[in-house]
Amino acid sequence: MSTPNGQAFTVKPETAQAIDEILGHYPVKEAALLPALHKVQDEIGWLPVAAMDWVADRLELPRVRVYGVASFYTMFRRQQPGRHRLEICTNLSCSLMGAEHLREYLCRKLGIQPGKTTADGRITLSEVECLGSCGTAPVMLVDDEFVENLDPQKVDKILADLEARDHG
Amino acid sequence: MAEKILTARFETPDSHLLNTYQADGGYTALKKALTMKPEEVIELVKASGLRGRGGAGFPAGLKWSFVPKEAEKPKYLCVNADEGEPGTFKDRYLMELDPHAVIEGSAIACYAFGAHIAYIYVRGEFKVPMERMEQALAEAREAGLVGKNILDSGFDFDMWVHPGAGAYVCGEETALIESNEGHRGMPRLKPPFPAVVGLFGGPTVVNNVETLAFVPHIMNQGAEWFAKLGPERNGGTKMYGVSGHVKKPGIYELPMGTSLKEIIYDVCGGIRGDHELKAVIPGGSSTPVLTPDEIDVAMDFDSLAKIGTMLGSGAIIVMDETTCMVRAITRLAKFYSHESCGQCTPCREGLAWIHQVLVRIEGGQGREGDIDLLLDICDNVQGNTICPLGDACAMPVRGFIKKFRPEFEEHIQKAGCPIGPFPAPWAGSAKG
Repeated sequence: MSTPNGQAFTVKPETAQAIDEILGHYPVKEAALLPALHKVQDEIGWLPVAAMDWVADRLELPRVRVYGVASFYTMFRRQQPGRHRLEICTNLSCSLMGAEHLREYLCRKLGIQPGKTTADGRITLSEVECLGSCGTAPVMLVDDEFVENLDPQKVDKILADLEARDHG
Repeated sequence: MAEKILTARFETPDSHLLNTYQADGGYTALKKALTMKPEEVIELVKASGLRGRGGAGFPAGLKWSFVPKEAEKPKYLCVNADEGEPGTFKDRYLMELDPHAVIEGSAIACYAFGAHIAYIYVRGEFKVPMERMEQALAEAREAGLVGKNILDSGFDFDMWVHPGAGAYVCGEETALIESNEGHRGMPRLKPPFPAVVGLFGGPTVVNNVETLAFVPHIMNQGAEWFAKLGPERNGGTKMYGVSGHVKKPGIYELPMGTSLKEIIYDVCGGIRGDHELKAVIPGGSSTPVLTPDEIDVAMDFDSLAKIGTMLGSGAIIVMDETTCMVRAITRLAKFYSHESCGQCTPCREGLAWIHQVLVRIEGGQGREGDIDLLLDICDNVQGNTICPLGDACAMPVRGFIKKFRPEFEEHIQKAGCPIGPFPAPWAGSAKG
């Protein structure tokens, strides 16, 4: 279990501890797979193979079981995203309120298509399915946080805030 | 204004905290239930006629009664907080603003059918609702309301949050169970039904968040009180979620059976920019669409079934005259195609094909016969799969074609969309 640069993969002690605590919620270890993957992803931002292998060993599961689950669920990221993630919903209720225009606006401003990361590695843009926030459409997740009732001005502000956070 | 039950505390500051909940009579229903025999609790919920708020409308008490009394393996409650049906956004608020009601309802349910562990399966994107649930569970554990020997009754009840990770199909009860066990969310063949063989092989009940949140109120105020809040066989209130082209979208708790017209024009202030209404999806994206001449209907399970659609999750999506119907159903078909788990060929292949044909109609490459082709694919999907996800796509496709066939034909004849993309509300006159 090592990373491409040869170092053994490991997580912070508090992450390992949180996972061990979660194991106690279930009669079998494998049931903790989704929460365990979330915990590791929350810490390092995505799930490289070495991270999935670490989870497999911790839960005493075949590695292929973990790959199979990680690839089934859209929230598990098997590619490294940019420093920030923008996930815009374009399902019907959001699109009725202009989400498709916002997607195009974001593509223009960032110079990328959905599913891609800006060349400087700062922002990954994704188009996602219904986020369960339809009464405040259009909505977008900004690094997992809901931003609601979006319009182009709000999008500008989000991008400016991220810029300030990174370079301010 | 009608009586609010589930949302009554939503405006109260710190409504999510145990103190607030207990000051408002919280956990008295659980105390009462623990003094009753479990079968009496089931009978009470049965008598109330409480029907599942997740979509199917199955009577909750009856569901509990299907769990065998004696079982070799432990029994479980799975609380379905996957909330994935497009248009639906109610359970999120219940978890954020009244998490203890969800816990109390779950504890009573477990006591009634003999489970000692509940998992609340929350969709992975709902970080705040999950945090609120975990915080509330920690408070309840501290206060002896969750854990061993709750309230000194001799009854053990534990409850844990289980996060989903972005898969609509996990809202289907057997896929949810699979996912709760740490597997890919692929639905199971029924029978055996979860009530007999469910989570970890034990008898399992899967109930929606909103359904369980009603249970403490039914314990405290009685079956008859609940039944009388709505029409016959459709008791209680309903948290309707309204999105799309109304002036005031949002969650509204109203008596079950409130007229759809009243919800759109009175409660939500009518159509934005005073446009004309064109279409309404009454119960989440899988329910067949209604036209403006059909909205004089009571929003309850039976009245909507009578006119060929469903109450579903009570998620109302309103579309005005600026909306292209082909584009609307194309977007929904994209969603269903993406969310197919892939284990049944009719769903995996059929939904992708439906989406592909709709894309070409909307894009101006529609062919003579494409509409009948869509209906034919729907025929081959519906009823031929393990779970209802395929049906959930076929039903609205049929519905849109049935109600708006001339618009589909116009797309094909004119080799293009006569209406165009959904307008941006900030672009001018459409601003509501």
